[in-house]
Amino acid sequence: MAPTRKLKGYWDAFWRLANPKVFMGWSRRLLPFIIVMAAFCLSTGLIWGFFFTPDDARQGSTVKIIYLHVPAALVAINGYLLMFFGSLFWLIRRQHVSVLIAKATAPIGMAMTAIALLTGAIWGQPMWGTYWVWDPRLTSFFVLFLFYIGYIVLWSAIEDHDTAADLTSILALVGSGFALLSRYAVLFWSQGLHQGTTVAISDGVQQERISDVFFQPLLLSMAGFCLMFLALLLIGTRTELRARRLKMFEVREQML
Amino acid sequence: MMPDLGNYAVEVISAYGLSLTVLGFLIVTSVVRNARVKQRLAEAEARKDA
Repeated sequence: MAPTRKLKGYWDAFWRLANPKVFMGWSRRLLPFIIVMAAFCLSTGLIWGFFFTPDDARQGSTVKIIYLHVPAALVAINGYLLMFFGSLFWLIRRQHVSVLIAKATAPIGMAMTAIALLTGAIWGQPMWGTYWVWDPRLTSFFVLFLFYIGYIVLWSAIEDHDTAADLTSILALVGSGFALLSRYAVLFWSQGLHQGTTVAISDGVQQERISDVFFQPLLLSMAGFCLMFLALLLIGTRTELRARRLKMFEVREQML
Repeated sequence: MMPDLGNYAVEVISAYGLSLTVLGFLIVTSVVRNARVKQRLAEAEARKDA
C-alpha cells in the first residue's frame, strides 16, 4: 500500500509542476542555469569538433558535419515524441501547460529537422554522390518535417484555443509514428543508403562504436543541443502561457 | 587557426554556416517574441488595474 501511495504522491507532485503559476516560477529559476550549460556544452562541443578533431580516413573533413547532423536529428525525433506526450496529456487531462509545451516544441523541432536534412544533404553529396535519395530514413525524416509544418500551420489557422489544441493534438499523435519510423526505419527496411545509428553501429551480434576522438566532442555537442532545446522550450512555453493570458485580457476588454 | 578542410571545405563550411544561421534565427525569434508578449501582457495588466 505504501509504495502505491508514494507513487501517487510523485504523480500529484508532477502535475502540480504543470500548474501555470507553478510552472512560471520554477522555469524562471531554472532557465539561467540551463542557458549557461547549453552555451558551454554547445560552444565547446562544436569548437572542439570543428577545430581540434582529425579527418576521418574514409570521409575526410566531412566527418565534422557529424557534430551538427546527429545532435539535430536526435532533438528533432525526441522533440516530436515530447509533442506526442504533451498532446496525449491534453486529450486525456485537458492540461493547458502540456499542450502549450507541445506547441512550443514545434518550431524548435522544425528547425532541428531542417538542420538535419540540410546537413545530411550536404554530407550526402560527397559521400553518396547525391544530395537526396528516397531512402526509408531520409523519406520518413522529410515526412516528419512536413508534420512539424502542418502542426504549426494548423495552430495558426484555428482561432479557438481548445479546438486548435484538440486538432493539433490528433495530428501530433498521428505524426509520432513517423518520428519513430525516422529513427528505426533502417532496422526493418534493409534497402537505403543511410547507415544505422551513428553512435553505436550494431550488426545484431557485435556493436561497434565510433572512435573516441570523434565521440567525445559529439557527446558534448549532443548535450549542448539537448540543453538548448530545453532552454528554448521553456522560453517558448512561458511565451505561450503569457500569450494565452494576454488573449484572455484582450477578449475581456473587447466585451466591456 | 582554421583547420585544413581539404577538398570538402565548401561542404563543411556551408553545413556549419547554414546550421548556425538556422539556430541563430530560432534563438533570436524566440527571445524577441517572448519579450514582446511579456511587454504586451504587462501593459494589459496595467490597464486592468487602472
